[in-house]
Amino acid sequence: MDLNIIWFILVGVLLTGYAILDGFDLGVGALHLLTKTDEERRISINSIGPVWDGNEVWLVTGGGALFAAFPDVYATVFSGFYIAFMLLLFVLIFRAVAIEFRSKQESKRWRAMWDIAFSVSSIVIALLMGVALGNIIRGIPIGVDKEFIGTFLGLLNPYSLLVGITTVALFTMHGAIYLVMKTEGELQNKVRTWVNNTIIFFVICFVTATMATLIYYPNMITHFKDNPSFFLVAIVTMLAIANIPREINNKREFRAFLSSASTIALLLVLFAIGIFPNIVLSNPILENSLTIYNAASSQKTLMIMLIMAIIGMPFVVAYTIIIHKIYKGKVKIDDTSY
Amino acid sequence: MDTEILARIQFAFTIAFHYIYPPISIGLGVLLVIMEGMYIKTGKKIYENITKFWIKIFALVFAMGVATGIVMEFEFGTNWATYSRFVGDVFGSALAAEGVFAFFLESGFLAILVFGWNRVSTKMHFFSTIMVSFGAMLSAVWIVVANSWQQTPAGYHIVNNGGYLRAEITDFWSMVFNPSSVDRLLHTLSGAWLTGAFLVLSVSAFYLLKNRHVDFSKKSIKIALSLAVFASLFQLLTGHHSAQGISSTQPAKLAAFEGHYNTSPAPLYLFGWVNNNEQKVNFGVAIPGMLSYMIYGDFDKPVKGLNEFKPEDRPPVNLVFQSYHLMVVIGFTLIGLSLLSLLLLRKDALFKNKLFLKILVASVLLPQAANQLGWISAEVGRQPWIVYNLLRTKDALSKSVGSGEIVFSLILFTLIYALLFVLFIFLLDRKIKHGPDEEVEKDGVYSEQKVIFKNN
Ligand code: HDD
Ligand code: HEM
Ligand code: HEM
Repeated sequence: MDLNIIWFILVGVLLTGYAILDGFDLGVGALHLLTKTDEERRISINSIGPVWDGNEVWLVTGGGALFAAFPDVYATVFSGFYIAFMLLLFVLIFRAVAIEFRSKQESKRWRAMWDIAFSVSSIVIALLMGVALGNIIRGIPIGVDKEFIGTFLGLLNPYSLLVGITTVALFTMHGAIYLVMKTEGELQNKVRTWVNNTIIFFVICFVTATMATLIYYPNMITHFKDNPSFFLVAIVTMLAIANIPREINNKREFRAFLSSASTIALLLVLFAIGIFPNIVLSNPILENSLTIYNAASSQKTLMIMLIMAIIGMPFVVAYTIIIHKIYKGKVKIDDTSY
Repeated sequence: MDTEILARIQFAFTIAFHYIYPPISIGLGVLLVIMEGMYIKTGKKIYENITKFWIKIFALVFAMGVATGIVMEFEFGTNWATYSRFVGDVFGSALAAEGVFAFFLESGFLAILVFGWNRVSTKMHFFSTIMVSFGAMLSAVWIVVANSWQQTPAGYHIVNNGGYLRAEITDFWSMVFNPSSVDRLLHTLSGAWLTGAFLVLSVSAFYLLKNRHVDFSKKSIKIALSLAVFASLFQLLTGHHSAQGISSTQPAKLAAFEGHYNTSPAPLYLFGWVNNNEQKVNFGVAIPGMLSYMIYGDFDKPVKGLNEFKPEDRPPVNLVFQSYHLMVVIGFTLIGLSLLSLLLLRKDALFKNKLFLKILVASVLLPQAANQLGWISAEVGRQPWIVYNLLRTKDALSKSVGSGEIVFSLILFTLIYALLFVLFIFLLDRKIKHGPDEEVEKDGVYSEQKVIFKNN
């Protein structure tokens, strides 16, 4: 295994960490408007209150690592998906504002407005990320100079939108399970019913997206043909999904949460196996694809960063676990809450 | 308008907006450590009130810093793709280090700092305060290192990477300790401490004028003033050291700071207006030979002038002249204010002097302005280079991004930042008007609670 592969995996780990962690808080956002009373809505926001900001750091660091390890990917994708990224930044800020400001005024209208902002921006963020992922699977037009030569509208194709909706469904399910863990009493019973609905919604999207991939983008399965043991990953993914309703019905929320976290991770592993060793596929001119070799930083930089990662990541994992431990348990509203 | 101008406007706008908040986070962070430290040491309720109040302000500012910082992280790729390809190998690792070492630390412990009063022990809370403050400074370290590298590149070589040139790292530590990074880091940090200190001074002075929270304000002022006195003097020292460094690493910038065209012994201007066509400073008052003296310790030693550089290699002179001189004027003003406050405090006159308290209320804007002006001096003074002597700003743009797209995003950012700013001021105002909670008078309610990781 060379440094380029290691960094392909590490960037993947960071982005997976992001998807799992911010995934649930985006999901909570997506479901936010289903809660009705002000009390319920405060519980919903405060369930992610102390952690959402830390969750977003995974995205920031994933972006930083991508910049450092694969500068050409960072440059091509970020400038190529310009409008999409600007919209993403816009909604990311908007969402942060909504969370911060919602409970700062008593007024009903004020709160209702920020509730909508919080929910819509959460959904749009998940959608945009899914659309980006969909385009990477399809491949985007890249020129010989590694520059993106397509258009913004070209990025909004049916397949990518389908992947986008699937991502929304996945995060919504993940968020619903998280909410079951964080709530109690009547609200919890209500949230429990959402979990079942979101699972159904997700499974429908997922099956459709998988079929579309197999039919239209068979390049994603070449590695699975060459090395059948990879197929095990696909099977484990299915088992993880199937396990979620079982744990929920047995009131083992935390295990259900682990299952849906594993589902997210496994889906990304499937995606990574599919595209490897490309990071950004060029479609239609395949030779211009950005791979883990032609888009990477020098071996020296990759080595320096590996050392940093080895020093830094244990701390990161430790903080993440400590924080979630401290805030474990049901949401309680007090004077430090949102 | 062409894409270069637009991209520059956008970068300047977003970074200037971002840079309102980090200095407060860094400066207030240090003060929080002192405040909470006093609480732990004395167990006095008043210090708990002080700490809790400033944590609320801190949380608001921090959230603004995060929201606007994410934009910066993405903007290199979206607007400056060619630059990103050129520097990624060197610059990227500093940015990634910032994420791995600093941002996780800050945001992780922030959760305890802000939401943890009722969940963790006093010691654990204090530890979190220290970690957040440390993390904020650590993030300044990495971003300033990265920025300093593009001012004074070191520890790299230029390599042809499949059709285009890029800088690759050869020596990590000489990249980190490039000729300007230590000077600039210390100067930036100290500027941030000033920003935090003057915020606390200003708000406390406001309460004293209104005769509210008197004990709270007096204690806050004493804590903030000690930092202000130290940092204002340190600011002069580090700024002076930076200027000396520039004379050898970026002589064109130094010449522009002082509007100095012909290589000769150089004066130090107190103020003036540069006429670039006639190559002279109008309406100026200057101390002859002083710049030469400050740099070389010799009034007669010549300083390199702008005419040694081709016209296309010179920065916009008057802009950097003005921003630099304003920063220095503010620097001296802050030293004056800090020392005067100290003097008045010694004479027991500070808390009664209405006029002076009013000046302190307004003074919060000075460090903010100086920070912005400092960055304008440093960054515009580096022009036309984005990476000094290696890559020009006009060659650093994204090739696949047109001016229409940048205009679109500029509009988007203007809208959301305007909204953000209005809300920020509104909430800040509300928090300040509301003031600290002072209902409970008993000492040490919180300090009695020693349970770690208490769950409900
Ligand atoms: C001198 C200090 C300093 C400077 C020059 C900058 N920043 Fe900043 N930044 C901070 C000091 C800081 C901070 C104090 O650490 C912040 C403010 C509040 C916070 O959460 O962290 C922050 C937040 C912050 C965040 C959000 C982190 C999070 O989610 O917790 C990002 C992504 C950036 N910054 C990125 C940048 C980039 C790309 C910059 C340069 C163009 C930049 N910052 C200039
Ligand atoms: C590392 C990548 C960076 C790039 C590509 C970059 C580029 C630029 C450019 C092109 C400008 C506009 C100059 C002009 O219009 O003449 C600018 C200005 C500025 N930059 Fe940088 N810069 C970088 C890093 C930083 C950092 C780390 C900071 C720290 C906060 C910073 C702070 C500023 C400020 C404050 C201005 C002046 C704008 C204003 O305040 O109005 N820059 N930069
Ligand atoms: C007391 C007199 C001061 C002097 C002599 C001074 C000197 C300097 C110099 C020479 C630079 C350019 C460094 C470079 O381009 O590499 C600079 C930049 C800067 N200054 Fe000052 N400064 C002073 C006061 C202040 C004050 C009061 C503040 C803020 C509170 C401040 C904030 C900054 C910032 C943020 C920068 C940009 C970062 C950097 O390049 O270091 N300065 N200063």
